[in-house]
Amino acid sequence: MWVLLGIVVIVAGFMLRFNPLLVIMASAAVTGIAAGFDLHAIISAFGKAFNDARYVSIVWIVLPVIGMLEAFGLQERARGLISSLKGATIGRLLAGYLLLRQATAALGLTSIAGHPQTVRPLVAPMAEAAAEKQADTLTDKEREEVKAYSAATDNVGLFFGEDIFLAIGSILLMKGLLEQYGIILEPFELSIWAIPTAIAAFIIHGFRLWRLDRRLARKTAAAAQSGEGA
Amino acid sequence: MITLTWVYVLAGAAFAAFALFNLADTSNSRRYGNAAFWGLMAVSMWAGDWLGDFGNGLLVLALVAIAGFGGLGKAKDDAIPDATKQERAARYGNGLFGIALIIPATALAGTLLFKEFPALFDVKQVTLISLAMGVLLALAVGYIWLRAAPSLPLSQGRRLMDSVGWAAILPQMLASLGAVFALAGVGDVVGGVIQQAIPAGSLAGAVIAFGLGMALFTMVMGNAFAAFPVMIAAIGMPLLIKQYDGDPAIICAIGMLAGFCGTLMTPMAANFNLVPAALLELNDENAVVKAQVATAIPLLAVNIALIYFLAFR
Repeated sequence: MWVLLGIVVIVAGFMLRFNPLLVIMASAAVTGIAAGFDLHAIISAFGKAFNDARYVSIVWIVLPVIGMLEAFGLQERARGLISSLKGATIGRLLAGYLLLRQATAALGLTSIAGHPQTVRPLVAPMAEAAAEKQADTLTDKEREEVKAYSAATDNVGLFFGEDIFLAIGSILLMKGLLEQYGIILEPFELSIWAIPTAIAAFIIHGFRLWRLDRRLARKTAAAAQSGEGA
Repeated sequence: MITLTWVYVLAGAAFAAFALFNLADTSNSRRYGNAAFWGLMAVSMWAGDWLGDFGNGLLVLALVAIAGFGGLGKAKDDAIPDATKQERAARYGNGLFGIALIIPATALAGTLLFKEFPALFDVKQVTLISLAMGVLLALAVGYIWLRAAPSLPLSQGRRLMDSVGWAAILPQMLASLGAVFALAGVGDVVGGVIQQAIPAGSLAGAVIAFGLGMALFTMVMGNAFAAFPVMIAAIGMPLLIKQYDGDPAIICAIGMLAGFCGTLMTPMAANFNLVPAALLELNDENAVVKAQVATAIPLLAVNIALIYFLAFR
C-alpha cells in the first residue's frame, strides 16, 4: 500500500508546480524506498530505464533542419500560402489535418508528422494565418489558443488513428497480454474495433473546430457592427 | 548493418553541438549550465551503453540537479529578423515546403522500403533510422540549394532546443519512472484498490469503472500502456470477460482508447502535452491539455458506451 505514496508525490508535485524533473525523482525515490529498495538499487533502476528509453529523445535531431528552414522563412511562407487561399478557415484547415493525420496513422505512418516535424513549422503558422484572416485582429490569448488547438489536433489525430494499424505497439501489447490469459486473437480482430472510436473522435473534435470557426466569425461580425455604430 | 546505435551517434553529435554553441555564447549568464545539460545528453547518447546502470542513474541525477535548481538560462535571442525572413520566403517560395517534407517523405519511404533489406538495416528500427536519414538529406539540400551558412542549422537548432529546455527530457524521465513503478508493483496495488470500489452485480457499473479507471490511471501514469495491464487484471478479465462473458477483442481495443482519452488530459504525458507547449512558445504550459479536455471527455463517454453496447451482445 505504501508504494502508492509515489503517486501522491507526483500528483501533489505537479499541482504545486514544482519543477517536474524534481517531482519525478522524488516520486521514484519514495516509491523505491516504500518497496524496500536501497538508494543504489533505485538509482540503478532509474538509470537503466533512462538508457533504454533514449530513443524517445531522438526526435530532437530534427531541430537543426527546422531552425534552418525557419531562418529561410518557412513559417512566413506557410502563412502566405494560407492567406492567399480563398475560403481557408482554421476549422477547415485543422479538420483537414486531423483527417490526414488519422488516415496516415491508420496506415502505420505515425512518425511522418508530429510536433517538431509538422506542427511548429507548418500547421501552427498556417492555423494562425487562417485565424487572422477570419478575425482581423487576434488577442494574445486567442493566438495561444490557435496554437494550442494545432497541437491538440495532431494528438487527437495520432491517438485515434494509430490503433487501426495492425502492427502498432498498443495492438501488440493487447495481443501479448491476452495470450497470457489463454485468449488467442489476431491483430486484425483487435484493430478493427478502433474504427468506431476513430469516427467518433473525428466528429467530436471536428465539431469543436467548427465551433471555433463560428466563434471567430461572430467576433468579426461584432467588431464590424460596433465599427458602424461609432 | 545500420542500427539504432548509428542514430544515437548522430543525436549525440547534435546535443554536443548545442552544448558547444551554448558554451561559446557569453550573452547567457548561465551558459555553463546549458552546456553541461546538453553535454550530458550527448554523453548519454554516445556512451550510455558503457556507463552501466548506476552510472546512467548518476547522469540522470546530474541532469535533474542542473535543471531542477535553475541552472538553465537563455541566451540573447539570435532569431533572424522578420524582414529578412519575409524577403527569403518570397525568394524561395514553395520550395521551402519541399525541404520540410523531405523528412516525412523519407520516413515514409524508409519505413516501407528498408524492411526489404534486412541485411542492411535493423528491421525493427527502420522508422527512427529513416527519420535520421531524412534529417541528413534535408540538411544536404538546404546547404546546396539555400546555401545556408555551415553553422546556421546548429545555431538555430540550439535556439529552438533551449526554448524547449528541460521539457525535452521529460518524456524519457517519465518512461523511467514508469519502470520504477513497475518494479515496485504499484500497478497491482492500484488494481486491488479499484476491485474493491466496484459495485457488485452491475454490468454498467463494471464497464464504467473499467473505462474511467483506464482514463484516470493513464492520467496518473502519463501512459495508457502502463494502465492497460493493471485494469485488465483488475476488472477486464475477472468481471467483463469471465463473469459477464464480454468480447475480449472489443473490451481490450476500446478500453485502450478510453485510456488514450486520459492521455489527452494529463501533463504527465509530457511528449504530447507539455513539449508542444514549450515548442510553440506558449505562455501557459497546460494550454494544450486545456484545448483537449472538451474533446477527451465526450470521447471517453462514447468509448464507455461502445464497450457496453458492442461487447455484450
